[in-house]
Amino acid sequence: MYDVARPTGNAMEETGRLPVVPPGDRPAGDGHRQPASRPGPDYAAIQAGPEFVALRRRFRAFVFPMSFAFFAWYMTYVLLAAYAHDFMSRKVFGQVNVGILLGIGQFASTALVTWLYLRYMRRRIDPRVDALRARAGLPDGTRR
Amino acid sequence: MTALAAGGVPVSDPIVNTAVFALFVAITLYVVYRAGTRNSSTADYYAAGSAFTGRQNGIALSGDFLSAASFLGIAGAIAIHGYDGFLYSIGFLVAWLVDLLLIAELLRNTGRFTMGDVLSFRMQQRPVRAAAATSTLVISFFYMLAQMAGAGGLVALLLNVHSRLGQALVIGVVGLVMVLYVLVGGMKGTTWVQIIKATILLLCGALLTVFLFGKFGFSFSNLLSSATEKSPLGDKLLEPGGSYGKNDTTKLDFVSLALALVLGAAALPHVLMRFYTVPNSREARRSVVWATACMFVFYLCTLVIGFGAAALVGADEIKSAPGGENSAAPLLALHVGGTLLLGIIAAVAFATILAVVAGLTITASASFAHDVYANIFKRGKAEPADEVRMARLTAIAVGALAIVGGVLANGQNIAFLVALAFAVAASANLSTLLYSLFWKRFNTTGTLWGIYGGLIASLALVLFSPVVSGAPDAIFKSIDFAWFPLKNPGLVSIPFSFLCGFVGTLVGKPKADAEKQAEMEVRALTGIGS
Repeated sequence: MYDVARPTGNAMEETGRLPVVPPGDRPAGDGHRQPASRPGPDYAAIQAGPEFVALRRRFRAFVFPMSFAFFAWYMTYVLLAAYAHDFMSRKVFGQVNVGILLGIGQFASTALVTWLYLRYMRRRIDPRVDALRARAGLPDGTRR
Repeated sequence: MTALAAGGVPVSDPIVNTAVFALFVAITLYVVYRAGTRNSSTADYYAAGSAFTGRQNGIALSGDFLSAASFLGIAGAIAIHGYDGFLYSIGFLVAWLVDLLLIAELLRNTGRFTMGDVLSFRMQQRPVRAAAATSTLVISFFYMLAQMAGAGGLVALLLNVHSRLGQALVIGVVGLVMVLYVLVGGMKGTTWVQIIKATILLLCGALLTVFLFGKFGFSFSNLLSSATEKSPLGDKLLEPGGSYGKNDTTKLDFVSLALALVLGAAALPHVLMRFYTVPNSREARRSVVWATACMFVFYLCTLVIGFGAAALVGADEIKSAPGGENSAAPLLALHVGGTLLLGIIAAVAFATILAVVAGLTITASASFAHDVYANIFKRGKAEPADEVRMARLTAIAVGALAIVGGVLANGQNIAFLVALAFAVAASANLSTLLYSLFWKRFNTTGTLWGIYGGLIASLALVLFSPVVSGAPDAIFKSIDFAWFPLKNPGLVSIPFSFLCGFVGTLVGKPKADAEKQAEMEVRALTGIGS
C-alpha cells in the first residue's frame, strides 16, 4: 500500500504528481483504451523518476548483451555447421564429433542463459518492480 | 519385425490405431466440455480468464509448439539426413531465449488478448490492428495448412487409407474435432487439450528414448556407431551437410532457415497469445521456463529417436514407407514395441496435429474478432457477447477453410509450409514487436512498413523461389519463374523488415505519442496498470 510518510528525496514526491491507482482490480471491460477518461497512474512521472530509469537501465543492461551473446553464439554454430565441415567432423571420443558436442553445447548454453536470467531478475529486477508497484498502491508482481 | 510385409512396408493395425486415437479424442472432448461451461466473456474465451499457472501454461506452450512437423519431421530428418536434422531442434530450442529475454513478460504486461493489442498500444489503432490481424491470419493459415496436409500423409501411414477421398474424409474429421474443441472449450478447453497432449507426447518420447538407450547398452556412442553402419550416408550421417551441404546455394539456404527458426518462434501469434492465459508477467516468465524445459528434454529425445530409427529401421525402409521421412518415428515404434506401441505413437502424432490446429484456430478467430471486428469495425465499442459470437463464427469459418486447404495441400511439402510460417512471423512480427517495446521513437508508419514490408517480402520471395516453380520438387514443376535462389526467404526478408520499420519511422509524419509511450514502457516493465 502507498506509504504517505515516505522520507523526502523521493522522486515521485518531487514531481508533485504521485501515481495513484485505485487498489484492487481495474474495472471490467476494455477500459484501458481510454486512460484519460478516468484517473490512472501518472505514467510520464513514473517513467521520468530515477527508480524507473535505473530499473530500465538494469533490465536492458542484462537482456541486450545477453541476447546479442546467445544470438552470436548460435549464428557462429550455424555458420560452422554450414561452412566448416572438416572442423565439425573431427572425432572427439568414440563416434562423437565436434559438431555433436557443439550442438549439445547449444542445449547447455540455452539452459545456462535461462538460469542466469532467472537469477538476475530475481535478485536485481523483481525487488525494484515490487517497490515501484507498492509506490503506486499495487500488490507485488506475484499477485494481481 | 513380424509385422513387416513383403517390400518392407509395415502393416500397422488400423483398429488399434483408431481405438487409441478415439480414446484420446473422447477424453479430451470430455475435459473440454467440463472446462468450457462458462465461456461468455471475452476474457474467458480468449485468455481463459488468465487463470492458468505458469507451469500449466508452459506445458501447454510446448504442446502448441511441438507440432507434427517437429515430432515426426525432426525424427525423420535425423534418421535420413543425420546431423542436419539435429540443427532444426537446436533452432527451435534456442528460439525460446528470444521469448524469455525480450518478449514474453513485456507482452503479458502490455496486451490483453492478441498481438495487435501490443503493436497498436501507442499507435493509431485501426491501421495497425488491421496490419497485425493480416499477418496473424496469414501466418496461422500457412501453419495450419502444414498441419492439415501432414494429417493426410499420416493417415496413409497409420490407417492404411490410401485413396485421396479417404484421406480427405479424415482431414475433415480432424477439422471438425478441432472446431469442436474451440467452440465448446474456448481458450481454457484448448489449453487443457495442449497440456494433455504435451504430457503424453513427452512421456512417449522419453520412454521410447530410455528403451532405445537400453538396447544400445546405455551408450550414445554405440547408438551412433550402429546408426552409421546401417545408414547409406555412413560416417557422413554424423557430420553437417547431409541435406544442405551440396553447394553454396544450399548452404546459404541453410543459414537462412536457421535464422528464420530462431527468430520466428518468438513471433508466432499462437505462441504469443498463450502468454495472456496467465495472471501476470512472473507467471509468463515461469511459462517460458517450463516450455523451454519441456523442449529441452523432448529435442534430446528426438536426437536419440532419430538415430535409433536410422540404426534399427534403416533409411531405405523409411523412405519407401508411405509418408516417407515422416514415418521414421512410427516405424521405430513398430520395430521396438509392435503394433500397440505404433498405435500409441500414431495416436500421439494425430493428437499433436489436432491440438496444434485447435491452438491456431483460436488465435485466428481471436485476432479477427478482437482486432478486426471489435476494434476496426466497431471502433472498440463492441458488446463482449457479440465479440465472442463473432469469434466463434470465425472459428467455424477458419475450420472450414483449413479443411478445404488441407485437402488441397495434401501431399505438399510440409516442412516448407512450416518454415514459411516461421519466416513470415520473424519478418512481419518480430521487428515490429521489438521496436514497439524498446524503441521510443517508433511510430505508426514504422509499424505499418515493418509488418507489410516483412510480410510482402517473405511471400514474394517464396513465390519466386524454387519451392514454387522450376525445381523438380516444386509446386508447379512445368513452368519456371523462379529467380530467388533460396527456399527460405528469412535471410533477406527479416533484415528487410527491420530496415522498413526503421526507415518508416524516420519518414513517418505522425510522431510517436510520448504519453502512450510512457504508459507502455512503464506497464511493460512493472505491470502497473495492466
